[in-house]
Amino acid sequence: MELNEKAKQLLETGDVKAVLGFEAGTQGGRRPAFARSAARAERLSFEGEQNLASYVTRKEVKRLGRVAVAARPPVLRALLQLMAERQVKEQDVLPLVQEADGQVRELATAQAMEEYLALSPQQIPAADRELMDKLAAMSQQERWAYWQDQLSRCIKCYACRSSCPMCYCEHCTMDCNRPQWVPVPSHALGNLEYHMTRAMHLAGRCVECGDCGRACPVGIPIHLLTFNAEESVHAQFGQRAGASAKLDYALSTFRPDDKETFIR
Amino acid sequence: MADMYQLSSASLDGLFAALAADGRRILAPTDRDGRSELNPVTSPGQVAKDYIQTTLSAKEVVFPKVERLLSYTLAPGQVELTDAEPAARPTVVFGIRPCEAAGFQALDAVFNWDYRDKFFNARMEQLAVIGMSCTRKDDACFCTSVGGAPGSTKGSDLLLTPTASGYLAEVITDKGRAMVALAPGLFTPVAAADKSMVVELPAALDQPALTAKLPALFDSPLWADQALRCVGCGACAFVCPTCVCFDIQEEADAKAGRRLRTWDSCGYSMFTLHASGHNPRDTQGARWRQRIYHKFATYPDRYGQLGCVGCGKCTRACPVDMNLKEHLVEASQA
Amino acid sequence: MTEPFEPKITAFVCNWCTYAGADLTGTSRIKYQSNVRVLRLPCTGRIDFMLLAKAFARGADGIIISGCHPNDCHYTSGNYHARRRWMIYRNLMDFMGIDTGRITFSWVSAAEGAKWAELVNEVTTGIRAMGPYTEYKQLADAGVE
Repeated sequence: MELNEKAKQLLETGDVKAVLGFEAGTQGGRRPAFARSAARAERLSFEGEQNLASYVTRKEVKRLGRVAVAARPPVLRALLQLMAERQVKEQDVLPLVQEADGQVRELATAQAMEEYLALSPQQIPAADRELMDKLAAMSQQERWAYWQDQLSRCIKCYACRSSCPMCYCEHCTMDCNRPQWVPVPSHALGNLEYHMTRAMHLAGRCVECGDCGRACPVGIPIHLLTFNAEESVHAQFGQRAGASAKLDYALSTFRPDDKETFIR
Repeated sequence: MADMYQLSSASLDGLFAALAADGRRILAPTDRDGRSELNPVTSPGQVAKDYIQTTLSAKEVVFPKVERLLSYTLAPGQVELTDAEPAARPTVVFGIRPCEAAGFQALDAVFNWDYRDKFFNARMEQLAVIGMSCTRKDDACFCTSVGGAPGSTKGSDLLLTPTASGYLAEVITDKGRAMVALAPGLFTPVAAADKSMVVELPAALDQPALTAKLPALFDSPLWADQALRCVGCGACAFVCPTCVCFDIQEEADAKAGRRLRTWDSCGYSMFTLHASGHNPRDTQGARWRQRIYHKFATYPDRYGQLGCVGCGKCTRACPVDMNLKEHLVEASQA
Repeated sequence: MTEPFEPKITAFVCNWCTYAGADLTGTSRIKYQSNVRVLRLPCTGRIDFMLLAKAFARGADGIIISGCHPNDCHYTSGNYHARRRWMIYRNLMDFMGIDTGRITFSWVSAAEGAKWAELVNEVTTGIRAMGPYTEYKQLADAGVE
């Protein structure tokens, strides 16, 4: 059974009020699509890259009711992390995964999601790993020049923030103005401080879907910053975002024997 | 009525040199990782060869993403205020598309509506536009549906159109004439315009019909439906050649401060949030609807022109492919 | 005649250990270089990572961060949380090309007056040799037309 068939079934039985998948977009691209009727379900498939979990915390989507979500592993990780952070309830979302034989399976519980994820190890895409290694091999000044050059093109559109499933805060720290902790304008300091803040706010929460980098209209590889923070957490504390619906957030926990190398 | 000339490809070097000798900086599309962006160039060789459009628009030349309005210093009992002088330098924008060039008119409508914006005007005065007609198009383009065309002269001071032997150069304004006068030897007068290489773009919708229909569609569930996948970022507004919404931010400490103007977007959830807590555009559907209505109903009403030039930059920049042309076609069929 | 460069160093210290320790340095009449501006916080756990970025943005050439030794936090676990935060932030800063050699983290207890003086002297001498953090300072006006 393909996604569109499954979607029709779910909508007809009223099990879910909407199915989130992908449809054909401009110039051969793929884009998120909502099907709320069997007729709309026809065009849905699993093929697409955006992290659909970013929709389940939006109030316009919550109002629809229970939604089914076409879920690759990063989407599942995001959903689990959102459950751990109590932003979404297990019963409000129905992840659908595509098996090796092409069949569609429902993962109706957090446990089912965790078990499914355990089968495929989490890895940063090879191209990103290569770029991160290249940056790591540069000198500090070279890295500074690289990021200053990249960030100078940032226009602070917040496509990165808006496409991230973990950036669900209704009043983002950027939008608070008493005090205006991070400058709003897209000048050098404003861009540096925003991206630094966002990466730290995602440390231990980022599910490494890479959507932020894909969303950037000017092509800044912004996902590398959150990847860096997340990999740092994993390497130093062994914790991973999105592994379970039980919260295990590195920056609100600690071990007395955490080992650091740089404190005198 | 445009004066028309023939310009050979090799002559572009001479043209750039003449413009530079006249003290003008030249901005043109340059390649970057598969995209093109407007950057300072010194020679035609640096200009991107094979681009449909730049990602950002040329509006950043006259309406930059961050701009100083004033600065001040503070001492006990006194404030010393300095108005910022717009850093406007003689500039030529070379190679932007007719759709983008048409955008300057829409910007002008707002920036000179009831108050004359000194920053925009200072930069606009120093700007000359050498447009480049389109020989290619993509699925996001729809200029012919909004009163434009891939070879339109609107908004350009000088419009170049590729021909088999170089370029047709149409002089549209006095600024255009002044540029030709810097290197008259490069321009050979021609009697007829050869625009055969300009790409054809059939109109995708009847825009006047849609504009007439919009008031009746205000309460339609169509807008909320179309906006379901919109994530509420500012990419569309920021890349758009006609969007002008801005925020004013003050950055200060106990000793000094500066007031800056910066781009803003009606797509943000807090764009219309009142101090009382009430938000008249509380859903993405309401904000999306406002975007359409502002460009296709309010602008014609208030300024006598559309707030959209059909460039398709919004569609290309959108992380979830909110294809404006598609949405407009759907609305005209609703 | 230009004056020789004297670094500006911002120190974020916790009230109960390092601040008290620095006080002890004074009452013990131990002399040390005077380039440090001390900012007192209740606990290192209170130190927002952005405070470091702000210090550089506001002209600091070097930064010291210091608090109670692990297991000795006045609030029991504030310094443990701080330590985790610094481990991540330091990597991120380095990745973004910020000169983490200009930031020194330490545990200085209320009894370690001598250690505080030694720390400040070493850091100040080191930053003086590195020169002003011009790259970061240049950001203040960059990107505004």
